[in-house]
Amino acid sequence: MPRMGFDRHLKELENDLLLLGSMVGKAIDRSTQAMKERDIALAKQVIEEDKLINCKRFEIEEKSIELMATQQPMARDLRIIVAVLNMIVDLERIGDHAAGNAKIVLMLGEEPPLKPLVDIPRMAVKTQEMLNRALGAFINRDSAEAINVINDDDEVDNLYDQVFRELLVFMAEDPHTISRATRLIWAAHNLERSADRVTNICERVLFVITGKSEELGSSNY
Amino acid sequence: MDPKIKIRGVNFFYHKHQVLKNINMDFPERQITAIIGPSGCGKSTLLRALNRMNDIVSGARLEGAVLLDNENIYSPNLDVVNLRKRVGMVFQQPNPFPKSIFDNVAFGPRMLGTTAQSRLDEVVEKSLRQAALWDEVKDNLHKSGLALSGGQQQRLCIARVLAIEPEVILMDEPCSALDPVSTMRIEELMQELKQNYTIAIVTHNMQQAARASDWTGFLLTGDLVEYGRTGEIFSRPRDKRTEDYITGRFG
Repeated sequence: MPRMGFDRHLKELENDLLLLGSMVGKAIDRSTQAMKERDIALAKQVIEEDKLINCKRFEIEEKSIELMATQQPMARDLRIIVAVLNMIVDLERIGDHAAGNAKIVLMLGEEPPLKPLVDIPRMAVKTQEMLNRALGAFINRDSAEAINVINDDDEVDNLYDQVFRELLVFMAEDPHTISRATRLIWAAHNLERSADRVTNICERVLFVITGKSEELGSSNY
Repeated sequence: MDPKIKIRGVNFFYHKHQVLKNINMDFPERQITAIIGPSGCGKSTLLRALNRMNDIVSGARLEGAVLLDNENIYSPNLDVVNLRKRVGMVFQQPNPFPKSIFDNVAFGPRMLGTTAQSRLDEVVEKSLRQAALWDEVKDNLHKSGLALSGGQQQRLCIARVLAIEPEVILMDEPCSALDPVSTMRIEELMQELKQNYTIAIVTHNMQQAARASDWTGFLLTGDLVEYGRTGEIFSRPRDKRTEDYITGRFG
């Protein structure tokens, strides 16, 4: 027997999560674009719009709590709501990392660019792709895809290694670059952490499907 | 939108005993409003005040106003029969008449003067469909209503109310005599019905109020302690007494 009202609320909750996910994906994209193009106005916009991400997160949290309080969800229904409550924390934090990178754009300001950015944008593209696939795996209850995304985190880790090594060389060769290079390492680190957060989301997808909580990501950082 | 029913400053007495104290409460149109509270708090009395079912109780007296579409249903020139046509009621125990399923549903329209068989056929089918019972009984409309299961009987009683085309449906513990599956069916049915009707439900089953209603009022010894959106009442009540009641720490 269907529970039409409750099923509709659950679907709305999933749609809200997707919306939050797309806001966060956009923040990653724009903060990276701002960094690449040294676009201060765009960076400020990302920082400003992070407030909307935070609001959306609390809105979803409130709806989840109301559903738990009023609908007595059990088994998979309960796991979906618990998973959503966990995933919004990860999403909001990824949004914070994107806003963090936008702040780095402001810090770098008018300083001459150290080098054209290549690997940091690649990290951003990969992280965003992982995020989209993780949310797709949630909607489709696709455990194989969730595991694939977790495994893909290695690519982001490798890129981070590469960025780190490259910037160390810059710093070793010319101490004048230390401040700029350190900030770029922070930016790369923010993206590396974001991808780790995506693996958390995938673990919650597996929790919804199997009921088991397991730490599957094996990041070096 | 203006609420369908507004209770304003209602005090209710059985002889000298005051059962309801200065109640102010709204029942928004095409929404489900639940009244919850411990036994003896006055919730059934409050529900029955909405279609003057308390009038027949000796020593009953009401002060204040109950406004249906802004008209006081306690004004002396109001036609009570017409009021009960507009505000129908479903009781705790399913109480079909010892008649056929068809005659149970056709009872109200016949009383109100409908005689044409084709019109009665139409009303009976429409009401049974709305009550989500049609598919189960359409081939046995002349079977006794009492031969149905408890859950079916309750849906038959809902169909009987729907047949008189009310605007408001009052439900007094409509599921307390039903098993969990029948209960869920009634709750789902309520969600369907609220597209067209304003529903008020009294229940001592808090989970049911939480699941099924849009608005909730918490009554305690005749006082309306708290009234608000159901999601709010059950996730962050403002009054400690409400919090204690819904978390099972009452008393």
